[in-house]
This record gives sequence, C-alpha cells and structure tokens, in this order.
Amino acid sequence: MSIWLDSNSKIVVQGITGKNGQFHTEQMLDYGTKVIGGVTPGKGGQETQGLPIWDTLSEATDAGANVSCIFVPPAFAADAIMEAADSGIELIVAITEGIPALDMVKVKKYIETKDTRLIGPNCPGIITPGKSKVGIMPGHIHRRGDVGIISRSGTLTYEAVNQVTEKGLGQSTCVGIGGDPVNGTNFIDCLEAFERDNDTKSIIMIGEIGGSAEETASEYVKEYVSKPVVGFIAGRTAPPGKRMGHAGAIISGGKGTAKAKMKAMERAGIHVSENPSELGKTLEEIL
Amino acid sequence: MNIHEYQAKALFEQYGVKTLRGVVASNANEAANACKELGGSIWVVKAQVHAGGRGKGGGIILCRSPDEVYEASEKLIGSKLITPQTTADGVEVKKIYVEEGCSISRELYLGIVLDREKDLPVIMASVEGGVEIEEVASKNPEKILKVHVDPVTGLGDWQARKIAFGLGLEGNQIKHCMKFMKSLYKLFINLDCSIVEINPLVVSSDDEIIALDAKINFDSSGLFRHKEVAKLRDVSEEEPLETRANEVGLNYIKLNGEIGCMVNGAGLAMATMDIIKLHGGEPANFLDVGGGADAKQVAEGFKVILSDPEVKAIFVNIFGGIMRCDFIAEGIITAAKEINMNVPLIVRLAGTNVELGKQMLSESGLDLIAADDMNDGAIKAINSIGGNA
Repeated sequence: MSIWLDSNSKIVVQGITGKNGQFHTEQMLDYGTKVIGGVTPGKGGQETQGLPIWDTLSEATDAGANVSCIFVPPAFAADAIMEAADSGIELIVAITEGIPALDMVKVKKYIETKDTRLIGPNCPGIITPGKSKVGIMPGHIHRRGDVGIISRSGTLTYEAVNQVTEKGLGQSTCVGIGGDPVNGTNFIDCLEAFERDNDTKSIIMIGEIGGSAEETASEYVKEYVSKPVVGFIAGRTAPPGKRMGHAGAIISGGKGTAKAKMKAMERAGIHVSENPSELGKTLEEIL
Repeated sequence: MNIHEYQAKALFEQYGVKTLRGVVASNANEAANACKELGGSIWVVKAQVHAGGRGKGGGIILCRSPDEVYEASEKLIGSKLITPQTTADGVEVKKIYVEEGCSISRELYLGIVLDREKDLPVIMASVEGGVEIEEVASKNPEKILKVHVDPVTGLGDWQARKIAFGLGLEGNQIKHCMKFMKSLYKLFINLDCSIVEINPLVVSSDDEIIALDAKINFDSSGLFRHKEVAKLRDVSEEEPLETRANEVGLNYIKLNGEIGCMVNGAGLAMATMDIIKLHGGEPANFLDVGGGADAKQVAEGFKVILSDPEVKAIFVNIFGGIMRCDFIAEGIITAAKEINMNVPLIVRLAGTNVELGKQMLSESGLDLIAADDMNDGAIKAINSIGGNA
C-alpha cells in the first residue's frame, strides 16, 4: 500500500513537449511510471517518446489517465490545473515554479468544487518507490519501505530520503507539497493519509520558515496521529523579512519563525531533529 | 518587490484611491519650489526609502514655510536614515516627497494581504492607526477587523460597509470609505500585490478618507504581466550582490558570516546555513542555484560569493535532482580558471551524476576538500578557517 499513487496510476503529462516536460517524462518512464501520453494544445495527433499527444485533457481522461503531472510555464499553469480538475483527473501534480499567488487563490476556489487532489505547485512531486514516480525527484535514491515523508522543500526531501535509505529503511510514499504560499495538498492531508495507510509505520515531516502550516499540522499530530513522527524545520538562521528562495519562506511580522515551529512540533510529541543530516538517525533511534 | 511611497501613491491615484497631492524631489531647490506648486501653508517632507519606521528615524518632517522645506530636504537628501527596520548603518536617502498638509480628525490602519491559512485575500482594518500593527495584533487582536474576500465575487458593498461601520465611521465618511476600499482592493488584485498597507489611513476634518502613507509589495511571480510595475524597481535599495546574482538567475541573500554557501534548492540551502550555525559557524549567504542552472551560472555564483570580503571559506552542498553534479563540477572548474579561489573550498556532491562530477573535480587538480555528507562538509568548512567544530 501507499498513498494516492501506485502502479495502477495512469499519468498524463501537461506540457510534455517543453524542455522539462520532455526530460522528466523520459525519467518517469525509465522509473517504470505508467505515462500514457501528454497534452500540448495545438500538437494533438503528434507523438513524442512513443506516446500520443492530445490537445485537451478530456481526451487524456478518455484514454484512461487519472493522474496529471504539470510542467506548463507559470503564466499558463493555473489554467492547466483547472483544465485537469475539470476533466475528472483524480490527482494533479503541479511542478511549475513561479505561479502568481493570486492565480492560485482562484485555482483553490475552483478545485474546491471538484473531486480532485492537487499536489504543489512548486514541488518535486510524489513517489511511491518501486511503483510509480510523478515528478522530478531522482528515483534511484528511493527504496520501498514503510516511512512516509512529507516536505515543503525538494532537495531537502532527497536528503531525508537518502538518509532513510542509507539506514536500510525505505519509504512508503514521499510527497513534496511545495514551497508556495498557496498550495493544494497540505501537511494535514498527508498526515491523515499516512495515518490511515497500513503500510506506513512512521512519518518524517520537513517544514520551513513562513506561514503557520507546521504549527497547525503539529496540533493535528497531537490529536490524531498515533505513528511516530520525526520533524525538521529549515531556516533557523534566516533573517526576518528576507524571502528565502521559496515564495512562502519568509518571516514576516515576527511570525513563522523556525523556533516557534519547532516548539509546536515538540509540544505535539514530534521528535524534532536539530540537525538536518540526522533525520535518518533520529528515526532509527525512536523505532 | 517593494516600491517607494511616491510610486505607490501614483498607482493609488490611477485607481481612484484618495491621497494628498505631492511632488517628488531630488534636491532642496526642487523641494522648495514644490511648495509653490502645491500651495497652502504647511507641508510634510518625507524621505523616500523602502524601509518602514521612517517617522521614528526622523525621516518625516513637518514644515511651515518653503524655507523649512528647503532645510529639511537639505538635511535628508544624501544622509543615511536609520529606522527600526534598517541595519545600524541605515540607508541613503536619494529622494524626498513633499506633500501638502491635511487637517486630520482620526488616524486608522488599513492593510490587504494574502491570508495563507484561508488562501484568500484579507482586508485588515483597525482604529489603532499610526502605530505598529504587529504590536496591536499581538496585544489587542480584537482591535483588528478582518474581512476575507472571495476572488470570484470580489469585495461586496456589504463587506466594505462592514469595515466602515467597524471603524466607527459615520455620515459621508461611510460612502467615502466604501469607494476607497473597493478601489484599493481592485488595485491589489489587478496588480498582483502581496501586501498593500496604509498606516495611517486618515479621516480628514471634511470627512474624506485619505491614504497618508502607502506601502505596496508585489508578488514577484506576477511581475511578468505588469511591465509598468516592474519598471518601478529601485535597485539602489537592494544589496548590490543580490542584484548581481539576480541578474544571472540565482537566488542570493547576503548574511553576516564567514562561510559562503552554494546549494541547490531553497530548503536545502536554508538547512545548510542551519547546520553551519549548529556547529558554531556563521553562514555568509543564502544561495540557491536552482535546478536549471548551467556551469556558467554556477561560476557566476562563485564570483558573487567571493565578492563578499567577509567570506573565508566556501561550502558547496549539492543534492542533484534536476541539477546535475557534473554541471556543478564544471562550474567550479570554470570559476577557478577565471578568478582566484583564495579560500578553502569544501565540496559535497550527491544525487544525479555524482560519480561524473567527482571524477571531473579530481581530474581538474583543484585544491579542494571533499565531504561525505552535509554534516561532514559543515564541520570541515568551519575547521578550515580555524574553527573547532
């Protein structure tokens, strides 16, 4: 078992003919992901990497796609997400970085009315090791196992995955929820799914400065999560008022500091690792 | 992206958000002449810098004659203004804004931001104008009135009225406040703002609602569709190294330590700074080379890091995903040829094409310290400059 993604998932890539879309479609296929085609409006009927290209998403869902992976440039990405949601796609993974926040406000409102889950944007994607990879993470560092990983950051997720794998453990599913201020799936959605998933035995949750998602998620862990959770917050050394790369990673008005987030995690019984290279070790110690 | 008050007020004018008349000046003569143009017998000279807290720093001066305006401008222009939001060195004042006076009956607060918990824009208003709103928020949160706006319906009359009544306005003030709110909300949405803040928002003695101050912060992801707004950027308000890195597509933020950092990904870059600090060192910068950088950009990143005279060592921490380790290696080698790498270089590579990257570095004959993981790298970086981690 795993969450949201398994070997039966059929993937359509939106923006498949772009540079990133092309490269990562190849990587996903190499990993064994069932990519069944792509969408690039105006190129319908053509082929790429042996896969059909469609003009619209509904053609993709007609062909059986239930997961979409989005590489569409920021100016058009919000539109692409809404098209996917409308076509009946169950899981939308938006990789695109730099979508205007107010576009995402509209997207959030729109998808509330649809039966779909959005992961991202500005995220590495989701992977269920050995079964399916939808996104841009390096597949080879993952190993099948029972640790669920949730993170707002891309490369820091790889760091955690690698440490878990090196300890001889593996991952059930890893979800990068993205570093933007407005995103689809949040920490709580993932925690809830991992808590329910029989094959996930423990959880690593990686947050960063800015907003209050980690605090809210910690409250949730305290109330509803029985599985052990290891936590880390990036950005302890970040000065206030400076946006640390991610649009969402900014300490403003004294809110969103790493210290407050770590405290909230500790209060919830989460095992906080102060050292980002000891996530695997901390997990091993509590298991 | 931040802009100056005078620029924000020009945008306010375009959207029908009421402000006072004013003239921007870059020397004292221009400022004194502005008095004639504006008329009246009282003026306010305001330093145009991005930092807040200008009043506390002496950057806002009330004047009762053109001579006083001349003196105030002479004093401010070219000086370094130190406010609670600047560094101890302050920021140089290059321009001032001369504004007509106004008879104020009440000072209020008004702000529009994106509420990340609800994923909606929220209008925040308070009767506690002119003071630090963060302070009000922590001590008397009930004094802040919040109205969330649905992007589909926009700001309703009923919502604008709710704010007006909540602020204790009466008579014509209500009508004026509603028009003000609706215009301001339209500006917020149309221009992809992340913050619009007016502190103080004033009620004049003739019942007008006027923005006495104006602060706008734009979502940089939205700038591609607002070319006019993008032109308002004032690079002289930014750290020069940050601007330079920005021009080549790198995300760099200068800090005050000695260990320069080059990392891919914002989260890992923050974690790298944290781990250096954890072992007793101080990071000199945040630098995310991103996923799509090529060797040339990486080389440019090195130049930026080394332009900071405080840097005594560089820690390269790469976990290749989209970014390939061989690109990083090539960047390091290119940079070493072009500039004198006179500080210890600690390199940790992992992920995509790691073997190739390591091989390229070892064949280059460069003098560098290899690290097994990020912990090892941080320790080696600190020890390389005489630390004891």
